[in-house]
Amino acid sequence: MDLARTEVAPGRRRAGNAARLGLLALPVAFFGVFFAYPVAAIVARGLKVDGVWRLGRIADVLGQSDIRHVLWFTTWQALASTVLTLLLALPAAYAFARFAFPGKQVLRAVVTVPFVLPTVVVGTAFLALLGRGGLLDELWGVRLDSTVWAILLAHVFFNYAVVVRTVGGLWAQLDPRQEEAARMLGASRLRAWRTVTLPALAPAVAAAALMVFLFTFTSFGVVQILGGPTFSTLEVEIYRQTSEIFDLSTAAVLTLVQFAAVGAILAVYAQAVRRRETALRLVDASVTARRPRGAGQWALLAGVLATIAVLLVLPLAVLVQRSLDAPDFAYYRALTSEDGGTFLVPPIDAIGNSLQYALAATAIAVAIGGLAAAALARRDAGRLVRGFDALLMLPLGVSAVTVGFGFLIALDEPPLDLRSTWILVPLAQALVGVPFVVRTMLPVLRAVDGRLREAAAVLGASPWRVWREVDLPMVRRALLVAAGFAFAVSLGEFGATVFIARPDNPTLPVAVARLLGRAGELNYGQAMALSTILMVVCAVALLVLERLRTDRTGEF
Amino acid sequence: MHTKTFVAVAVGLGLVTLSACGSSNDSTTGSSAKSSKTVTLVSHDSWAVSKSVLAAFEKESGYQVKVLKDGDAGQAVNKAILTKDNPQGDVFFGVDNTLLSRALDNGLFQPYEAKGLDQVDAQYQLDAGKHRVTPIDYGDICVNYDKKYFADHKLAPPTSFDDLVKPAYKDLLVTENAATSSPGLGFLLGTAAQYGDEGWEAYWKKLKANGVKVVDGWEQAYNEEFSGSAGGKKAKADRPLVVSYASSPPAEVIYGDPKPTTAPTGVATGTCFRQIEFAGLLSNAGDTAGGKALIDFLVTKKFQEDMPLNMFVYPVLKGAAVPAEFTQYGPAAKDPETMDPAKIAADRDQWVKSWTSLVLK
Repeated sequence: MDLARTEVAPGRRRAGNAARLGLLALPVAFFGVFFAYPVAAIVARGLKVDGVWRLGRIADVLGQSDIRHVLWFTTWQALASTVLTLLLALPAAYAFARFAFPGKQVLRAVVTVPFVLPTVVVGTAFLALLGRGGLLDELWGVRLDSTVWAILLAHVFFNYAVVVRTVGGLWAQLDPRQEEAARMLGASRLRAWRTVTLPALAPAVAAAALMVFLFTFTSFGVVQILGGPTFSTLEVEIYRQTSEIFDLSTAAVLTLVQFAAVGAILAVYAQAVRRRETALRLVDASVTARRPRGAGQWALLAGVLATIAVLLVLPLAVLVQRSLDAPDFAYYRALTSEDGGTFLVPPIDAIGNSLQYALAATAIAVAIGGLAAAALARRDAGRLVRGFDALLMLPLGVSAVTVGFGFLIALDEPPLDLRSTWILVPLAQALVGVPFVVRTMLPVLRAVDGRLREAAAVLGASPWRVWREVDLPMVRRALLVAAGFAFAVSLGEFGATVFIARPDNPTLPVAVARLLGRAGELNYGQAMALSTILMVVCAVALLVLERLRTDRTGEF
Repeated sequence: MHTKTFVAVAVGLGLVTLSACGSSNDSTTGSSAKSSKTVTLVSHDSWAVSKSVLAAFEKESGYQVKVLKDGDAGQAVNKAILTKDNPQGDVFFGVDNTLLSRALDNGLFQPYEAKGLDQVDAQYQLDAGKHRVTPIDYGDICVNYDKKYFADHKLAPPTSFDDLVKPAYKDLLVTENAATSSPGLGFLLGTAAQYGDEGWEAYWKKLKANGVKVVDGWEQAYNEEFSGSAGGKKAKADRPLVVSYASSPPAEVIYGDPKPTTAPTGVATGTCFRQIEFAGLLSNAGDTAGGKALIDFLVTKKFQEDMPLNMFVYPVLKGAAVPAEFTQYGPAAKDPETMDPAKIAADRDQWVKSWTSLVLK
């Protein structure tokens, strides 16, 4: 027998490879069927005429001045949003890392709420603040809707937490004594910071900046609501070309462009993350923070708190206030009646739909993402597997609109005739949930000492038993956090859902968007009320997570 | 303990759901149910009918009617085309003459000659030879004006396309995005009919220089930007000219609270473009018999006379009565601009593209 002659170690490695491939089979199949295939189908629909690829369309489309204008605006606003977010959020990252003050834990959760809010709600909140009859309009007659400022501010609101969590999380664990040592040796404060702290932080700042850039580069809901007809990002333009102008070939070209751009961003991101994993001297976050000292530090903290109040809390407060702007909770009560206008069902039903969809999506995302993370976490993971790691992030950046349309045209024939089934929506939502699950689980799984597993295996435990007895107890919390994130993200998913949700089964974000699209105070009020409900559900999910989370090195 | 259970359940559920999804074809929730007698109508958000009229049809035909409203007119048509192999319903209502060719060229509909079609005026039957679509209603897209504004400013309201570019009307007009809204597109086609292939772009340059404002959709233009509408007054809107419908003034009266004695808005009669809306039996309809019955119903006198006050359009059926408010405050335009659907089909996309570059960018 072959096996008898080979040594033990290669045999075990082979078994490890087989196990890894087994773990990866389901995620690979899932992404193949529900991501690659629909996206390829919609692109082919646009670029293939009578069975022949018309790649010349790419040059045609990119040669159009208005398309170039869209590309320029997309890049420009993403850069501006990223810079603005860093400027406003880095002081907060510092304050959260180095200062101890009462209410810090709650505030950390508050800051994160916007990130998990659906873009539709964010758009709505800013409309209530900056739009016609909004707070600024009433106070000073200032209207910023349909200006680029509204978009930039909403993007800062949305991504503030990315910087605070990614950079602040690491900053809190950097040993401040290193900087102090440098100063003791005669370095100026600035020089000490520049030579000691900055290099340690730089990869985290880069990773956060790239994430913000990715999210703002592919922004849809915010620009759709706040941009008016003049501003469009690539993602919005793909939507317009497909849904409104019905120019599928232009949409296909733009999808490819976005695909290439997102691939490049993710490649750079992977680089930045890998650099961050280089060894740093980390200490427990709880010992690095102390009460602010001196006027300068108090002023900094006050500034950070004021920024959070104005930029993050105020828009949400305005949203709540608008939803209550009628006597006796009239807008909330209207949600329960069938108005016969927008939907077949009372808008309140959207809450039930959304919760069901999000639960199913969470289950799928946790299963797929968990398996993928388990496969990727193995130390002997080869290059191929690491490549898959990057691929798993793609749905975050590839046009949700494309995915949604792809679902409609690709998954409508046996054996995959899912077009009129409810599962379509959770499947699309799970696609954006999986990256969050993987990113949350991976660092934790990698931290599990492989020797524990080996010891268990040597003692005769089956792989399943090893997982249950060794991995599961350690990753249970991470799994719950991952599930929570996937849940919140699914709940708010808009771009893909807006196409595939049937008009008689709207989700919360879809219902909000459609109510906003109709005239009349009652519709507007109902949109505000539904947004408030959605916000509360997301916030509760997040606060629960915040209690569960112990390890703060995760990437989200 | 609880957390462990939850995780196990979550993971297990995910796997079950996944393995089940390949074979879940028959667990459809409410697609056009093929066994029970339900007929599904797919339409745009403006679809409306009196409950009693629909109930009468349901009783007579034995079909329950389910309505899916799928966004604005253009989106609803496009989505119907994308999903035509496995449609969401049996009948589509709401494709108009400006988008008709797109629907027909993509094979959205199958032929059916409605009972009672001989009583429909021939000028509306744009697919008369093949009967893939049946005309249901028509309306005129025209510039509306706020009477009070023009009286206050002692200014005569505009009456023609030419007037709109005059300095007296600078910064007064709001219109819809021609790429995303059917009145917006209608207005663009009206100008193209008036000024021809050579002249319309120059006209729009002048219009832009004269401060025309473009918003995404009709709701926003009419109810938030137009000072003459009830909604606009509330929103302190400041544009006294809007691209809307000839039937908008009667709507202001009928929905007025309190009801005004005369319409607060008027129509610039020389700026109208005629829009005809059609219904058709979807190519892969699950229930063709029900679909046919539903199309027949849409051209009955009962539905045609119910329609004006619900959707603010005019009936295409000869002899169907129109409410008095319509004839009094918003008569159909005498000489609206029209355009051959073949011409629209050939040039629409290019016009919209040029228009977008010219006006929006």
